[in-house]
Amino acid sequence: MTPTVVLPVVIGGLYAAGIYLLLDRSLTRVLLGFLLLGNATNLLLLSTGGVAGLAPILGLGEPGELSDPLPQALILTAIVITFGVSAFLLAVIYRSWRLVRQEVVGVDEEDRRVAAGRRTDADDLDPDDLAPEDRPAGHGDHLGRDLSDAQVERLLDQRFAGIASDDVELPSTQGGPR
Amino acid sequence: MTGSAVTSALAPLPVLLPLLGAAAALLVGRHPRTQRAVSLVVLTAVVAVSVVLLLWADAQGATAVAVGGWTPPLGIVLVVDRLSALMLVVASTVALGVLAFAVGQGSADGDEETPLSIFHPTFLVLVAGVSNAFLAGDLFNLYVGFEILLMASYVLITLGGTAPRIRAGITYIVVSLTSSLIFLAAIGLVYASTGTVNMAQLAVRLGELPSGTQLLLQSMLLIAFCIKAAVFPLSAWLPDSYPTAPAPVTAVFAGLLTKVGIYAIIRTQTLLFPSGALDDVLMWAALATMLVGILGAVAQTDIRRILSFTLVSHIGYMVFGIALASRAGLAGAVFYVAHHIAIQTTLFLVAGLVERQGGSTAVDRLGGLARRSPLLAVLFFVPAMNLAGIPPLSGFIGKLGLLQAGVADGGAVAYVLVAGGVVTSLLTLVAMSRVWARAFWRPPTQEPADDTARAAAADAGERNSREDAEPALVGAGADEPAGAPEPPARRRAARAAAWRRHTAVATAAESGAPRAAKTRALRPLPAVMLTVTAVFVALTLALTVLAGPLYGLTDRAAGDLLDRTPYLEAVFGDEVVR
Repeated sequence: MTPTVVLPVVIGGLYAAGIYLLLDRSLTRVLLGFLLLGNATNLLLLSTGGVAGLAPILGLGEPGELSDPLPQALILTAIVITFGVSAFLLAVIYRSWRLVRQEVVGVDEEDRRVAAGRRTDADDLDPDDLAPEDRPAGHGDHLGRDLSDAQVERLLDQRFAGIASDDVELPSTQGGPR
Repeated sequence: MTGSAVTSALAPLPVLLPLLGAAAALLVGRHPRTQRAVSLVVLTAVVAVSVVLLLWADAQGATAVAVGGWTPPLGIVLVVDRLSALMLVVASTVALGVLAFAVGQGSADGDEETPLSIFHPTFLVLVAGVSNAFLAGDLFNLYVGFEILLMASYVLITLGGTAPRIRAGITYIVVSLTSSLIFLAAIGLVYASTGTVNMAQLAVRLGELPSGTQLLLQSMLLIAFCIKAAVFPLSAWLPDSYPTAPAPVTAVFAGLLTKVGIYAIIRTQTLLFPSGALDDVLMWAALATMLVGILGAVAQTDIRRILSFTLVSHIGYMVFGIALASRAGLAGAVFYVAHHIAIQTTLFLVAGLVERQGGSTAVDRLGGLARRSPLLAVLFFVPAMNLAGIPPLSGFIGKLGLLQAGVADGGAVAYVLVAGGVVTSLLTLVAMSRVWARAFWRPPTQEPADDTARAAAADAGERNSREDAEPALVGAGADEPAGAPEPPARRRAARAAAWRRHTAVATAAESGAPRAAKTRALRPLPAVMLTVTAVFVALTLALTVLAGPLYGLTDRAAGDLLDRTPYLEAVFGDEVVR
């Protein structure tokens, strides 16, 4: 049997797509990127075993005709680890969404404060003084500078119809009493 | 019973005991007292086993244990040599101390915030992962060890799930995942080019590869390990993610996790790729790590962030020693690892105490701590001076050993690094004395009680005014054009409450609101936490007193590392399997 060109091409494509997604700020894309990278690495491990052959251990053929079983054992371990980590990442993303209505990689406020040389503490900052993308997590309800709270409420109701607006005690009916 | 039989019986225990202990701790999760007892007993046993292993390894040399009875290179081996045994002893001792601190903190707080039933099992799993990484004689087992400890660390760094911790945890998780994937891909390439993942066999086979292939494999492994060890330019994640975690978690992370990366770098550079092809690159990386890290520390105004940056900075010293690739350099690096694990953990524990006492870790908010709590001041001062390298403390001895090794190397780059090391030491002193002068030495600007009362009043006033404003807002909503549905007032009140909660935790406070922490500050510090921290400070002093024997041990370990035959003979006996 001859080596195949399909595996390297697929591995390369998966790595490229995975890295592209990993560089995004949105956490769901980061997760998808991680999954692609994990699969690319598993394929890489698979291809390290050389060309495919008969099933090993069962005694179906001569040693030269068998597949290498070790990479498959490694892949199995790697798949389990990737699975566990993905589940945890999903939980963290969901938690981030519940807490702050955002699922992007947040800004380190203290870092920005030190960089700007401000003497106030991070929790003394008025978030409205910051550029929208620099706002700390927790500003999911900011839709514009000049809106009143009531208008913001209505906009939020339109945009997130039927979704409770924060991780707080709300009645079990969606959106609370009308 | 011979020494090697004892070692074979004991070697798997530092991994097995914490894992079994974690299972037991999960089972008794409803009984906090039993759970604490289980964790403490297990970790004490691990410390005892590690000490025995170290004594045997130092007396008898390296031993390998084939797990499950499969002979190498087919089976997985655990290798106990002087380096791994020493790392085990230091790591398990620190873990035990931090756990005792956490128990003290938990009982003092009434466990209001920490989900206790998950903390202890996860902590034990973390210890199992660290032990597995130190003992692994197989590249893939090293990867598994890393994954075990990382998985546990993901849970610990997001403990409680508050907004700042989730934010910091996400950075940490994504960066760690990337490094794990690079490591796994490197393992695949290593296997493709050599047909084995057993490290002793790799030590023989990798040398026979073309130099270009060797360079590729070495750089991939080094990149993965340098991310874990936080070597510049792969260090930016650390000061971003460590400061928000609870004090015991940050302490154990700062002490152990980066050092596991350093340990893996030592193995890569000495056992797998002794040719020294990338030593110059590592030298420059070490210099950049030291300088960039410490300049970051000088700029910060929060104690935990200062400590995180000094942690990055002092990783540079260890990388410097490894890059020298001489016996003196490696001995200095290993000694510095042991010293730095102890000292950095101690300082983070002290930072936890400062937060309890002063209600904040921002140096601008603190003041007069030396008068209010002289014992705490001593507990900070001694390790801070040790970190900066004031003679005769162990930090001085470690730095002196590394600088002497650099001078003995004699190269131009080595001299630049010696100068960089001295500058870094001085800047560490600057950063530490700024913390001392502002948080401890300067007089408190206000009387603490007055401050607390005023803060509480201001806080209450703000809350009242906000709540007063709410009906007005509802009224304003009614004034909107007709036909628009009235926004649900209750929902907005809930959001306002959530916003207050969020802003309260935005400064990485341990729990609830920083103002609430201020009222707590008048209580005396819990005795258990103080005692544990004092024991840690005493341990760092013991490192100074026992520096002679310890340096002898690290010197012998460095000799083994450069010789490589003790490791190969331990795995394969007299006949090396090619």
